[in-house]
Amino acid sequence: MERTSPAQPTAAEFDRRNLDWYIDKLVQILVFIGGISAIVFIIGIFAFVTIEGAGFLLDDFSFKEFFLSPFWEPSDEDAPEYGILALVAGTASVTGLAMIVAIPFSLGAAIFIGEFATGRTRESLKVLVELLAAIPSVVWGFIGLTIMNPLIIDLFDVPVGLNVLNAGVILGLMAAPIMTSIAEDALKAVPDRYREAAEALGATQWEVIFKTVLPAAKNGLLGAVLLGVGRGFGETMAVLMATGHSVNIPDSLFDPVRALTATIAAELGETAVGSDHYQVLFTIGIFLFLVTFVINLTADLIVRGIRDQ
Amino acid sequence: MIMEQNNYAICTQNLNLWYGSFQALFDVNLNIKEGLITSMIGPSGCGKSTYLRSVNRINERLGYVRIDGSVHVFGHNIYDPAVELVQVRKKIGMVFQRPNPLPISIRDNVLFGHRIHNKGQKFSKPEMEEILEDALRQVLLWDKVKDHLDKKATELSLEEQQKLCIARLLPVRPKILLMDEPCSALDPKGTAAVEELLWDLHGEYTVLIVTHNMSQARRASEECIFMLHGKVMEHNATEDLFVTPKMKETADYIEGRYG
Repeated sequence: MERTSPAQPTAAEFDRRNLDWYIDKLVQILVFIGGISAIVFIIGIFAFVTIEGAGFLLDDFSFKEFFLSPFWEPSDEDAPEYGILALVAGTASVTGLAMIVAIPFSLGAAIFIGEFATGRTRESLKVLVELLAAIPSVVWGFIGLTIMNPLIIDLFDVPVGLNVLNAGVILGLMAAPIMTSIAEDALKAVPDRYREAAEALGATQWEVIFKTVLPAAKNGLLGAVLLGVGRGFGETMAVLMATGHSVNIPDSLFDPVRALTATIAAELGETAVGSDHYQVLFTIGIFLFLVTFVINLTADLIVRGIRDQ
Repeated sequence: MIMEQNNYAICTQNLNLWYGSFQALFDVNLNIKEGLITSMIGPSGCGKSTYLRSVNRINERLGYVRIDGSVHVFGHNIYDPAVELVQVRKKIGMVFQRPNPLPISIRDNVLFGHRIHNKGQKFSKPEMEEILEDALRQVLLWDKVKDHLDKKATELSLEEQQKLCIARLLPVRPKILLMDEPCSALDPKGTAAVEELLWDLHGEYTVLIVTHNMSQARRASEECIFMLHGKVMEHNATEDLFVTPKMKETADYIEGRYG
């Protein structure tokens, strides 16, 4: 019986490019562009801010005056002063108070969601926390203006309710959901065998959490707090509305202050493009960018560190 | 012929256990003799780990476990509502399949159980050091780790971790040690070391060990239980169970026809 041997495939057959091949290439390119664009944009924004602020940085910039002078008088026609000390104090005091408010709330919520709640309760609480994190900051500012303001005036018998206390509480409530979410991730990353081990040794639920889970998750929890600080530093609208927006180094909770971010937001529209004032605002922008960048990077490295362990 | 009157450490009567709607144990009746090493063998999913984990009630942390029947440990029903879990686990130590030292120092690992069970009692530093050294000596780990007791326990080798997991039970002075395939993550050398350790501990402790490894059961235990499909098929002296199994299933399993 005769058998015909099958034809050997030719080189051309291996090199056939059909529609699938082109679609595959196209998708690769699109995904690459999409992936890289975020990075390109961020670098672009940083470059833009730097260039706009550069004139001031190169000519008139005095490190000492900029950081150490408490006088922010950009509209003084004869001798404008650009000292951001009071603004830094404003941002720092509000962020500090916000953390004092947010840390217990968010840690408590994370421990409850991660270690105690089960099934339905747990899932609905997680959704709720995500929803809270999505409330626009202007809404928080509105709450600061219309609810917190009269409340503080009533409770503490002070003339104005727009101050460090108001903004700190508002900012703390704003930062708490995102901190809860990250802290809960950190608790979830603690392997269950640690809990099982501690429980089998006779630890109660509190002992399991305090002696085993929290120490094991401490890096992630620190990361959560740092992200909260970053959030507080960068927050603009709510702070603008709730602080009272007056340049001042606060010496009590009831002093109005002004934040770095709020200053840029409020003044940039009214300055002549390219003027000293305009450039100083961009210099503040560079400063804010660097600070939040370092905080977020540190937080990210810490959080990543626990994942790699 | 009764050789001697043995006391029972664990008496189990008609124990049924369900995970959700899946029944994992069927009418388990087992009496584990005090001071012996008893091994449990059987194919995967036969319920041997489940049984072990219901003796210290660690199963319950899953939340969807339902139990019927009774487990008496030294005469006390541990499923009685008046029983405190902490006390159950003080009397019954457990070693897990994967070594699970806590991510704290070697010292704190060994003293963890001791500290939580002796709250309010003050121990001087030398006393604590003595407890630490005794425990680590007993598991033959002292010479290896004595110079770096503050090192994180998770940095030890698996074999050392597993020995540490045994060592941290000892200061609590449990009566029973439950071991859930304690050698499955170890190499042959580590396995031999842990088995040797078991012989050292036996007598003082009642040991119940689940194993996948039939030769281990044969080497390292005095009594042996064979389980299949959630039921106890055979419970006998290890030598008898392996040489003259009474059930056909036991014979098939130990000859490797399934499992």
